[in-house]
Amino acid sequence: MENSYLIETRDLVKTYPMGEHTIVALDKVNLKFEKAEFTGLVGPSGSGKTTLLNIIGSLDSPTSGSAVVMGRKVEGLSHKQASALRNHHIGFIFQTFNLLPVYTVFENVEFPLLLLDYSAAERRKMTMVALDWVGLADRTRSKPAQLSGGQSQRVAIARAVVKKPALILADEPTANLDAENSHHILQTMERLNRDLGTTFVFATHDEKVIDYLRRKITLFDGAVAKDERMEPQRPGGEKR
Amino acid sequence: MIIPKLALRNLLGAGLRTWLNVVVLSFAFVVIIWTQGLYEGMNAQAERASVDAALGGGQYWQEKYDPLDVFSLEDAHAIVPDSLGAMIAANRATAILVVQGTLYPKGRIHPVMIKGIDPDQQLLSLPSHFLKTGEDRFPALIGSRMAKSTGLKVGDTVTMRWRDAHGTFDARDVEIVQVMKTIVPSIDQGQVWIPLDRLRILAGMEEEAGLVVVAQGALERPEAPGWVFRDLDFLLSDIKQLVRMKSAGAAILYFVLILLAMLAIFDTQVLSIFRRKKEMGTLMAFGFTRGRVIRLFTLEGALHGVLAAVVAALYGIPFLTWFARRGWALPEAMDSYGFAIGEKLFPVYSAGLVVATTLLVLVITTIVSFLPTRKIAKLKPTDALRGRMS
Repeated sequence: MENSYLIETRDLVKTYPMGEHTIVALDKVNLKFEKAEFTGLVGPSGSGKTTLLNIIGSLDSPTSGSAVVMGRKVEGLSHKQASALRNHHIGFIFQTFNLLPVYTVFENVEFPLLLLDYSAAERRKMTMVALDWVGLADRTRSKPAQLSGGQSQRVAIARAVVKKPALILADEPTANLDAENSHHILQTMERLNRDLGTTFVFATHDEKVIDYLRRKITLFDGAVAKDERMEPQRPGGEKR
Repeated sequence: MIIPKLALRNLLGAGLRTWLNVVVLSFAFVVIIWTQGLYEGMNAQAERASVDAALGGGQYWQEKYDPLDVFSLEDAHAIVPDSLGAMIAANRATAILVVQGTLYPKGRIHPVMIKGIDPDQQLLSLPSHFLKTGEDRFPALIGSRMAKSTGLKVGDTVTMRWRDAHGTFDARDVEIVQVMKTIVPSIDQGQVWIPLDRLRILAGMEEEAGLVVVAQGALERPEAPGWVFRDLDFLLSDIKQLVRMKSAGAAILYFVLILLAMLAIFDTQVLSIFRRKKEMGTLMAFGFTRGRVIRLFTLEGALHGVLAAVVAALYGIPFLTWFARRGWALPEAMDSYGFAIGEKLFPVYSAGLVVATTLLVLVITTIVSFLPTRKIAKLKPTDALRGRMS
């Protein structure tokens, strides 16, 4: 059964040295994520949401315990193997969008495909499909500086989904957006999750995001305080 | 191919900062090639003029002949061997006899080298035909530098004293039949040219010579016992060394220019690495390894050199071509350089010079671009995404 889950953490511990002290960011976290989940890691600042997301995304490694992502033990991956895992299977969405400023919208979305040896024609087709999904097919030549916050995050989403990864990790994706844009973004991600079967894991403390979740994992002081399956809420309390 | 593509995209996207660096670097390119071209032109011009006027295709020296040792001159003469005589008879060589002497222009003592040359020779561009006068005159040919330092002019008569083969002093009045304008100081400064036959008789050195100049292009090198053949590499070594010394002095200018350009690029790279940490984190999140990030940032810096070469070509080629055609009018003070340059200096830009300069700048740019990127090797993706340097 070990590999039946997309992600599985076992007694995951992450500590950071802080002067003479040690900060425990994750404390024996045991979690399992299945394919096509739409899950949120919630909790106050410093509860370990981003740390857990980073380890799942193989951007960081645990101090002890194990994190198995798509059958690969993150703690055993070399720097190159971790890069390859991210390259092929994981998409990231960041709070501050992290768009490459000198690239156009098209080039930003195309970027992950450049690393995957797609032909120019394939890249163009896939990029335009991704931009279509997020409703920005008419802004291909714009630079990030010419976009609103909502548009920038939609570009970031298109960039994360363009290679159709199995897993998308989103760290506070709506933190810099107003309510209307947040709902727009979340609806887009929900649709991608439904249509493509992509697993979404959010780190958030935004109530708007929580309304869309089908699973909510509450972290507190680095430990799992609650793990609940939920019926997603439409904005305004409307049931899905 | 992705890294070069991204590097170029990033570089061009950086806008004004990139172009400022590129312009400074391109200026270094053009100035280095221009000044080196001047030195190569100076070298080529000096060599060509010296070969045409004095050195020919090489020289046979009587074994005791050493133009830098005046004490040896007394003994540096011998009868021209038959093998060289045959070449002289076939107009593929010409003999020169050198005797130490003194001129007394306007009562002043002026030590000179009296050189006898065949007035009919055509191997050297030295205008020896002016020495073809009647027996009633004793013609002498001097250069313009010599004329200036002695105050002599065409038509003047001056007393010339020498020592013959037996050590006896003798003197005659000679008539300056021509002041030649030459760019080769070695046939001008301190030299008096008279007909070879007359000097042989006066010095008691019949059939003798101190050196035999071989025609340019003459390939035969006959055996000549008691004579040593000096090829052009040997004869031009002084000029080459002088040019090398002068071009080494110019290296300070290149160093300052390159330093300025490299400082700008280094600065840009350091700034990039501190300012673009989030970008690096994003690249890593999308699957770039640290090595790839280092290669990308190094190439971005190094591409400054490539762009600079392109920009330098855009304005440098027209400028350098125009300059090579027009030449550089030299001030008279350049005469004191001590070798043939001429009134105008025409730079020579060889392919080797352009390729070597381009490679030098590209290699230095790459090294300077790489140095700050080593910090990336220690960068954790999570720190980079937060905009922190580990």
